[in-house]
Amino acid sequence: MTAISMPAGSAPAREHATLDSSMSTARLLRAYLTEAKYETVRMLRTPAFAIPFLGLPALLYLLFGVVIFGASIRNDPQAGLFIFAAFALFGVMGPGMFGFGMLVAGEREHGLLTLKRALPMPPPAYLVAKLLMALMFAVIVTATMLAVLPLGHLKLSVGQLLAAAMVSILGALPFCAIGLFIGVRTTSRSAPAFVNIIYQVMMHVSGLFYPLPKFLRAIAPVWPTYHLQQLFFTAIGVPSQGSAITHAAVLVALTVVLTLVAVRRLALKG
Amino acid sequence: MNNNFLAELSGVSKRFEKTVALDKLDLQVRSGELFAVLGPNGAGKTTAISLLLGLQQPDSGTALLFGKSPNDVEMRRQIGVMMQEVALAPELRVREQIDLVASYYPAPLTPAAAMELTNTTSLAARPYGKLSGGQKRQVQFAMALVGRPKLLFLDEPTVGLDVQARELMWVTLRKLVNSGASIVLTTHYLEEAEALADRVAVLAKGRVVASGTVNDLRALVVRKHINCSTTLTVEEVAAWPEVESATTDKQRLLITVSNAESVLRRLLAADHNLCEVEVRRAGLAEAFVELTQETKS
Repeated sequence: MTAISMPAGSAPAREHATLDSSMSTARLLRAYLTEAKYETVRMLRTPAFAIPFLGLPALLYLLFGVVIFGASIRNDPQAGLFIFAAFALFGVMGPGMFGFGMLVAGEREHGLLTLKRALPMPPPAYLVAKLLMALMFAVIVTATMLAVLPLGHLKLSVGQLLAAAMVSILGALPFCAIGLFIGVRTTSRSAPAFVNIIYQVMMHVSGLFYPLPKFLRAIAPVWPTYHLQQLFFTAIGVPSQGSAITHAAVLVALTVVLTLVAVRRLALKG
Repeated sequence: MNNNFLAELSGVSKRFEKTVALDKLDLQVRSGELFAVLGPNGAGKTTAISLLLGLQQPDSGTALLFGKSPNDVEMRRQIGVMMQEVALAPELRVREQIDLVASYYPAPLTPAAAMELTNTTSLAARPYGKLSGGQKRQVQFAMALVGRPKLLFLDEPTVGLDVQARELMWVTLRKLVNSGASIVLTTHYLEEAEALADRVAVLAKGRVVASGTVNDLRALVVRKHINCSTTLTVEEVAAWPEVESATTDKQRLLITVSNAESVLRRLLAADHNLCEVEVRRAGLAEAFVELTQETKS
């Protein structure tokens, strides 16, 4: 043990430590990647998080899009695309909302964020790591959705598949922002309830799973899920409402505003 | 600013709504010392440390870390931190937790070296959530020193440790100080400060009520203890005006006095068989109680 007690050149022995306290770009990048790696690893090791978010979307698509409505989809591919869009987007919403919402609330409350703020973690690394984790989940979910697609009767071109994948993966971002916004304003006990309510309401009253009655259709543009669904429709060649640019602009604006408000609050109050 | 101070609070006040947590507090951490901050609950120890770590901002006065703002991440790259209450990700293994913290520093130890220093090598592959309270503290200690910091902040580091683990941590702390590191330690265990600290500050109601070496603080308390084997009865001795209190323990008499010499003379005169006499100055614990009680009154 004495052999390694404080190796030569250790910080205490250095005379001009301030000169040594700057980080090379490579090490800084490594700090971000390490944070993101372990954030992803820990979520993959949490079965209650990983299994539903990674497995459910493709399983539900198989159930509804292949087993139950497979025959009718053969005659009406548009209905099949609608179901495919629904479960692909359902899959990318969860990890961002729950990952950010519940983790940020818990880590604020139980001292982990405080410790990380005291340590020399590059300040943006905390959120960047969670963002990359959510995107990683979105990539995996999207890949499973594309993998089960050939089991049904839907046929998509490579271009459509790529466009669908891009919309799905980037589509996770607004939900990360919503989760973050909830996470900085709630406690670890109330965060799951808030996230769940908003998650459920957004899925069911935005027309993601079934056509809406007229009065709900009028207010559907309130929900980010509606805009993402329209973008997804555009990507896979299903007739959509409104312009793609407007939908994208709404989602970008929502993401930026919620993130800025949340980051400001995190910086001020932790 | 004095460049010899690694961390410094000058004239710092901090209020939380109606409670005054710190009241024009001055604290300096010098290079190469183990500095213990003592104080009853609510004395302001944790707030003082939070200001030095940049977790909170002072209402007035200044907090400096290596002469600059603690909010400067470059200054924080020279410190290691062990906090009192922190829930780390339970899913990550011990080696991973240490590796993650190591990634924040420019030239850290390897996780293996940090684990060896803290005797946690055997825990390397265990999920953090499966560890006992004491093991978690040891891992947090490894995380505090993996960055090879110049200055370590340890908030109640030995709470929950068994005797062996505590002694190992003490040995490692001394070793770190001997190799040139400085340590700020808050503790409830006065014997810990007594055993380790080069300098002690006692906080009460957000102010430093005493600071100096452990011996300096003990000297502030005039009370002494006489421990002897005697034929005199406890009632007899307790009745002497110079004696504050007297008790017996296994046929020995324990006498608390402020003027030990005069009581000793009287004891020797009264009992020719008096033997095994020990005179001891009050410990840090008593100094602490006396100092913090004075502030209350």
